[in-house]
Amino acid sequence: MDFRRYGIREEEYLAAREALGREPNECELRILGVMWSEHCSYKSTKHLLKLFPNKGDKVVLGPGENAGIVDLGDGLGAAFKVESHNHPSAVAPYQGAATGVGGIIRDILALGARPVASMDGLFFGAPGHGKTAMLSSGIVRGVGDYGNAVGVPTVGGKTVYDPSYNENPLLNAFNLGLVRLDEIVSSQTAKPGQLVVLLGSKTGRDGIAGAAFASVELSDDAKADRPSIQIGDPFAEKLLIEACLELQAKRLIVSMQDMGAAGITSSSSEVAAKSGVGMVLAFDKVPLRAADMEPWEIALSESQERMLLIVEPRHLEEVMAVAERWELDCAVIGETTEGDGYSILFHGEEVASFPASLVGDGCPPIHWPARKPDNLEKGWELDVETLPLPEDWNETLLSLLSEPSLASKEWIYDQYDSMVQTNTVRGPGHPVSVLRIKGRETLVAMVLDADPWKCALDPFRGGAEAVARTVRALAVAGAEPLGLTDCLNFPSPENPEQYWVMMECIKGMAACCEALQCPVVSGNVSLYNESAAGAILPTPVIGTVGVIPSVGQFLPSGRWHDGDVLFQVGPCIPSLAGSQYLLMREGRNRGRPLEFLPDVEAGFVRRALKTARDGVASSGRAVAGGGLAVAIAREATESGLGAVVSFEIPTRRDVLLFGEGGARALYSVPMAKVPLFKSLWRGFPLLELGRVQGAELEINGVISVPVDTLPSPRRIR
Amino acid sequence: MKTAVIIFPGSNCDQDVLYAVRNTLGTEVRAVWHGEREIPDGTDLVILPGGFSYGDYLRCGAMAARSPVMQAVIDHGRRGGLLLGICNGFQVLTETRLLPGALLTNRIPAFICRPCLLRVESTATPFTSMYAEGQVVQFPIAHADGRYTLPDDELKALEDRGGVVFRYCDGAGNVTEESNPNGAMNGIAGIVNEGGNILGLMPHPERASEAILGGVDGCAFWRSIFSTLQERRV
Repeated sequence: MDFRRYGIREEEYLAAREALGREPNECELRILGVMWSEHCSYKSTKHLLKLFPNKGDKVVLGPGENAGIVDLGDGLGAAFKVESHNHPSAVAPYQGAATGVGGIIRDILALGARPVASMDGLFFGAPGHGKTAMLSSGIVRGVGDYGNAVGVPTVGGKTVYDPSYNENPLLNAFNLGLVRLDEIVSSQTAKPGQLVVLLGSKTGRDGIAGAAFASVELSDDAKADRPSIQIGDPFAEKLLIEACLELQAKRLIVSMQDMGAAGITSSSSEVAAKSGVGMVLAFDKVPLRAADMEPWEIALSESQERMLLIVEPRHLEEVMAVAERWELDCAVIGETTEGDGYSILFHGEEVASFPASLVGDGCPPIHWPARKPDNLEKGWELDVETLPLPEDWNETLLSLLSEPSLASKEWIYDQYDSMVQTNTVRGPGHPVSVLRIKGRETLVAMVLDADPWKCALDPFRGGAEAVARTVRALAVAGAEPLGLTDCLNFPSPENPEQYWVMMECIKGMAACCEALQCPVVSGNVSLYNESAAGAILPTPVIGTVGVIPSVGQFLPSGRWHDGDVLFQVGPCIPSLAGSQYLLMREGRNRGRPLEFLPDVEAGFVRRALKTARDGVASSGRAVAGGGLAVAIAREATESGLGAVVSFEIPTRRDVLLFGEGGARALYSVPMAKVPLFKSLWRGFPLLELGRVQGAELEINGVISVPVDTLPSPRRIR
Repeated sequence: MKTAVIIFPGSNCDQDVLYAVRNTLGTEVRAVWHGEREIPDGTDLVILPGGFSYGDYLRCGAMAARSPVMQAVIDHGRRGGLLLGICNGFQVLTETRLLPGALLTNRIPAFICRPCLLRVESTATPFTSMYAEGQVVQFPIAHADGRYTLPDDELKALEDRGGVVFRYCDGAGNVTEESNPNGAMNGIAGIVNEGGNILGLMPHPERASEAILGGVDGCAFWRSIFSTLQERRV
């Protein structure tokens, strides 16, 4: 049997043969080829993902379900997850991005949650590279058109530019939904004798085996992979959302699963395996777009906007009526049975049959060899003293603010409806996105972030820093972090050095999650992000969700008041390693990022939360990309006020102003509250920077610019 | 005051406007499915909400304008009942010809979502009576097809009869090229019919009706409608 044709390795073939007790047939091999692809099976990373802490007081649902759920209090939960759609977006940017958004929305919907907010992680090539304009504009339009039409606001995100993404851009889609904890729909509750119902769009040849396509490197002739691309229909998705939520409200669904990668086979076998039931499906009952589809094509089609429902026979009529009202196709395609047999019939003939658990759990894991990269330590070499100081500090600050990864992303988020559903308290362009919940005091806060440059230099420290950045931002805003979701974007794991880097990143992230008690509740892995032109930077993307008890305890950014005193909190030991400043000056990434200090991070978060809750500051911002100077500039432009900043420098001026990393924040504190602020931060490094005043930004006598000449997001009043 | 919000397949601002009216006025608001043939008895105000009715795969609003419920909505408008179209709803109103002109793809052909400043051009409508003439208000826009366009003679007629209710402007109330986000003729953001009872606008007053969302300039919009209806009753 030529199993390799179907992307199956020998040991996988042998495992399948043993489980079946016979030779698998062609249809079965094709199904296993996709279901056991990296994208679906996590065979290279499953054991690594176990390193993440996933338990906590506020965790309602951890990894393994369609998305994680955290407890927001008063019986309400936030379901959220981030997922990649990198390969499709590289080949067909508009459709790839659009269906990425649609897919993650259905993941949230599958739990019975109403999707209320999206964020997007965008990683583009160098702005001057030939493909970047086409890819970035297509991806942004795809994200916007889908989210806008489906009526889910895109409230934030992260955009990075680096040449490593030239041929292989990344699109990570995050979605968050709200669900009452007593109304969560599970994929584990099917019982024998129930109906398997397919709701939504017809099944066509689009996106067949897309998951397998996502599990290999991009070929030079990526256009040949076009048939692997799915086509999105946000209108159908909007109807699907409303129909599913109505079915759920009427309690007509036993279990529900979205149809993402590997389509019907993946969703149905997952429900069967998790619920511990068998399943018989009749593929000739599946509504099709093309009449002559083969059973394996039906099995693996990734046609969008479909959901799999498990329904009690007595509820079928009502389910059909709801589907009809929303003008959606709805068909019974099978039933659940006793045992764990999963079989597919086509016109009465059995075309595939295996134990349900084999599809999801039967793939033998792969432990790729890991080796510390030979040149890792060489990359750490950075003697700051050999770097010339900037000649023109004003110019340096202005250039830094105009660097693509730091500049305003208005051209992107203006294309997104960030306000529909009327819950957006803080939308895109702010360090933290904040949503209110109608009828409640509580606000939900969320951040999506990444720091691929530091991950490349020291994957452990970079991984920890990436997680810490999200938690710091939330804490400064007054949001208690409840949990996070991650998208692990890496190149091929088959290269031992790349595998080692991924492993170390995961360890670093896990260490930070542990220290800050922020569990990982959901996530996604995207490997093989490389092309003939090279591999992407290691890019774990973190989406962290927190809760603010009330609007009075939310500390915004960009709200300086005239006369406020400015403070930096946190250790004054920043580093130029992997900083935007160094990348701009040298065009290359080097140095060793700061060590991760668990106790310092935890102490920072505790004090930052109290600062926001006690209302002792008028404005706050965690120091991140571009360092302290960029944080000061952003606060000044958003506030429309200047400042005179002057402080003793325990290190080189450029390192302190532009260095990155570590638990630091910039606060603006009303004079009367300074003593209170100082006592809150007692025992933590605290540096008084200066005063808010005038319309000019002056920093230590080297930077002096009128605030209205700094690049800033559009102001309309 | 009784309000009916029509829900077409693909509407996505229906719940927002229901909430804004209820939250601002505390009055009765009903959702009406597009497949209905009637609107509830005693309805004072019908709202066609924003969104992407039928996916806007044809001309925006063209399919919705032919929905079963639209005959009842048109009758309501012709009888002098208050009828409001926001964003996609405005597009539907031009498609039914209850309002003149058309909404074309933005000058820069992309979706655009941002807060916008508007100058209130007319307070002699049931929707704007509580604003001051020339007042500058902030409502967000969110559309790809909002470039209001009509033939020159019709534009002149519209202007001459004072049919323009909102115009995009800058902070000082000046209507300029820069303050016009979509290239609409004469910076037109919203218009009213000759009878004064049917208003269409691209910006979203329902997104500017609560301080926590960043603005309350839309509240006077809902209060104007409420007070007009109160006066009519007296």
